[in-house]
Amino acid sequence: RMAEDVKEESVASNDESDRAASDGSLSNTMLTEGSCLLRRMEICVAEAEKRSGKNAVSMQETYTVYLVETRPMDAIAEGRNPPPDSLWRRYSEFELLRNYLIVTYPYIVVPPLPEKRAEFVWHKLSADNMDPDFVERRRIGLENFLLRVASHPVLSNNEMLYQFLTKEHGWKEMVYETGFQTKADSRLRALSATFRVRNYNSFSLLQRVADRLYAVYKVHGNYGRVFSEWSAIEKEMGDGLQSAGHHMDAYAASVDDILEEEEHYADQLKEYLSYAEALRAVCRKHELSQFELEMASQDLISKKQQREELATGIVHTFSLKGMTNKLFGQEAPEQREAKLNLLEELIAEGEETVKEKTAECDEHAEKAWADIVRFKDQKDKDLKEAFINYALMQISMCKKGIQVWSNAKECFLKM
Amino acid sequence: MSGAKVPADISGHMLDLDEEEDLEVFSKNTSLAEGNPMPNSPDSMVNQFRLDEENEEEQQGAINKDIFVTVDNPESHISAIETFITYRVVTRTTRSEFDSSKYEVRRRYQDFLWLKSRLEENYPTLIVHPLPEKFVMKSMVERFNDDFIETRRKALHRFLNRITEHPILSCSHHFKVFLTEEELAPLRKLGPGFLSRMSETMRAMANSVRGLRSKLEEFAIMQEYVDDFSNNMCSVDKVTHRITKEHREYMDELKQYGPTYFHWAESEELLAEPLKGVGSCVEKCSKETEEQIQYLSEVLVPTLHEYVLCADTLKAVMRRRDNIQAEFEAKNEALASKTTDKEMVSISLSDSPLLMRFFYVWQLQEEVDDLADRVEQANNALRGDWSRWRTSMRADLKSAFISTAAKNVDYYEKVSLTYCPSSLYDVCLQTSTTLASWFRSGSLIATRLLP
Repeated sequence: RMAEDVKEESVASNDESDRAASDGSLSNTMLTEGSCLLRRMEICVAEAEKRSGKNAVSMQETYTVYLVETRPMDAIAEGRNPPPDSLWRRYSEFELLRNYLIVTYPYIVVPPLPEKRAEFVWHKLSADNMDPDFVERRRIGLENFLLRVASHPVLSNNEMLYQFLTKEHGWKEMVYETGFQTKADSRLRALSATFRVRNYNSFSLLQRVADRLYAVYKVHGNYGRVFSEWSAIEKEMGDGLQSAGHHMDAYAASVDDILEEEEHYADQLKEYLSYAEALRAVCRKHELSQFELEMASQDLISKKQQREELATGIVHTFSLKGMTNKLFGQEAPEQREAKLNLLEELIAEGEETVKEKTAECDEHAEKAWADIVRFKDQKDKDLKEAFINYALMQISMCKKGIQVWSNAKECFLKM
Repeated sequence: MSGAKVPADISGHMLDLDEEEDLEVFSKNTSLAEGNPMPNSPDSMVNQFRLDEENEEEQQGAINKDIFVTVDNPESHISAIETFITYRVVTRTTRSEFDSSKYEVRRRYQDFLWLKSRLEENYPTLIVHPLPEKFVMKSMVERFNDDFIETRRKALHRFLNRITEHPILSCSHHFKVFLTEEELAPLRKLGPGFLSRMSETMRAMANSVRGLRSKLEEFAIMQEYVDDFSNNMCSVDKVTHRITKEHREYMDELKQYGPTYFHWAESEELLAEPLKGVGSCVEKCSKETEEQIQYLSEVLVPTLHEYVLCADTLKAVMRRRDNIQAEFEAKNEALASKTTDKEMVSISLSDSPLLMRFFYVWQLQEEVDDLADRVEQANNALRGDWSRWRTSMRADLKSAFISTAAKNVDYYEKVSLTYCPSSLYDVCLQTSTTLASWFRSGSLIATRLLP
């Protein structure tokens, strides 16, 4: 399956591009040197099932669970075909894993998850999380997520990831025990967890356009019925009308294929946009660190200044010391002594902090840079390909339209 | 056989006559000169028409239309009492019954209504092409809205042209008056119109209570067709309106969708060009859609609408024919009940009451004979016009549907070309830009992160 392709490709070269299988799942993700989980283990999200149970507030709820299957790569390579290990995971557990990874690796662009809620449903009356099409698309999205994480040079080594794939019970508790939530910057957590994307308009309008197009095609189907009725009372026109009606039925039916492809395109847009958001989160995190570093540096500078004032007795008139002196008079030498000692301690601490933060910033900048560069290049390629496919899809739709209406015209000519 | 057109030049043939001939259609001279037919009364025209219809296959000559009418130049006419629109009606003709070869008059909608009712009165069982509807409040369209006026103008133009193409109606006296008289208002207000309408309605009501004795099967079949045709036309019309509506909504969404790509492009570097490419494709597509909708609403929608109105016209024609027959039957029965053979035996001059009764019955017989003729004429007129109407209906609708299909093919071809331009592909297929160029683009992120 996909993982086998992965293995072959990885042997061949390092920089691989994403290739989409016919159902939209990935056959391969960005691989680089170094071993990653995906080389050792075949992973897939095989099935989805409905479950019912009582939730935290003892209310009955229905939810979907997904079957995560894994198989050891070496066994497959040796020609043995062992049955996969498997466990069931809910969407919320995938979410937890992702949030954990985001907090733990703030400088890595963590791959996106599919939609949580069926907010945008194509030409259907209600947004339903149980809708089979939605569930299927989600299954594919979850699989893509796992494959990408497992092939990431940094993320794939994470222990919690491995446990997610292998330990059915008690995994959640394990993750909470790491205390990762305290590390999370609340602002960033909010940004990463929700699906807020700045340039969402293209995506949501695409949905509306598709809905309208659907309506246009389907209404033409009524011509089929009406022409058929009419043809019954006409002598010369009857045949022409009847056969034109059949073409109108075909025209109406053709929209289903078109919409499937539009959905696929929309999924690609969505994925790009959510990756872009993850990237922005990484950059914001970096900015935050820079800011903290600057604050620490400023603090250090002002403390050193204070020390200088105390030590040399030179007071800058407009410094705080200068003004308090004016107002309250200078202090006694013992007080000065105490103050100086305290300051020295604080300065030493401050210097440590600045050193740490600088090192942190540099290190993370390097890591993030590498990751971002790789991501950006890949996603740009992906999106451009998506655009080309979109154009090709439009052209194919036009070809079908030309065919149907040419046929209809022939029928009308026979009227 | 071309089949599409009724020999519109039939009047041409019939007008092959002396200048002095009086073409008053109500003339009682019903003689048919051989080889040189004269259009005098409706029935002689109809007979001639039917003869020529049989000869149509042998006619090789082109259809020489000798009267052309246009309706254009709508203008507002404002007076103290009312405001209305007038249209310019220009006639060019070589027909000899017209004193001049060109006429130009201004007519308002009420004038057209007058003409139509005159024609229906004089030719009750001929099929007159429908007029556009009166202004209806519920359509929420301003009476003096440009689109409304233009749509109406086109429909009025078609109305008059259909009359010119009709072998009998085009020779109508009222038609000529309509085309030539400077002021129609005085004529409109006079005349038997109102009264005869009233009496016809009364007769119709009386007759409908009685019902028809017997109906020739051909007319029963016709009636059935008319009812079915009416239902079918309404359905097709409704479906077409729905399609137009959905199309418009699609286009509205497209118009909003396109610009989002341009907005998105503003916040991208490498992807700006491809995004703009997709955006401009979508914009072009929405323009094409707009044009397509415009075309459909100018070609298919009005044609279907007219034939929905035609269906109503047909129903009215069938009703009128039925009324004529009912009137005859009523009189006929009255006659039958008044006459017994025994009473008609011998007339003694001295027997005044009997003589009176005899005369009365004789008069009734005359009336019954007249009515029988009328029925005959009406039926013949309808028969003749029926196949003519069927043919032109088929031609009109066929042409409208063909145009629609062709336009749709054209639309898809244009949209297909829109997505084909090499620019979009070039931009997308460019070998991926390097990090350096991304950095060079001055991205803030890049400068911050550079080690």
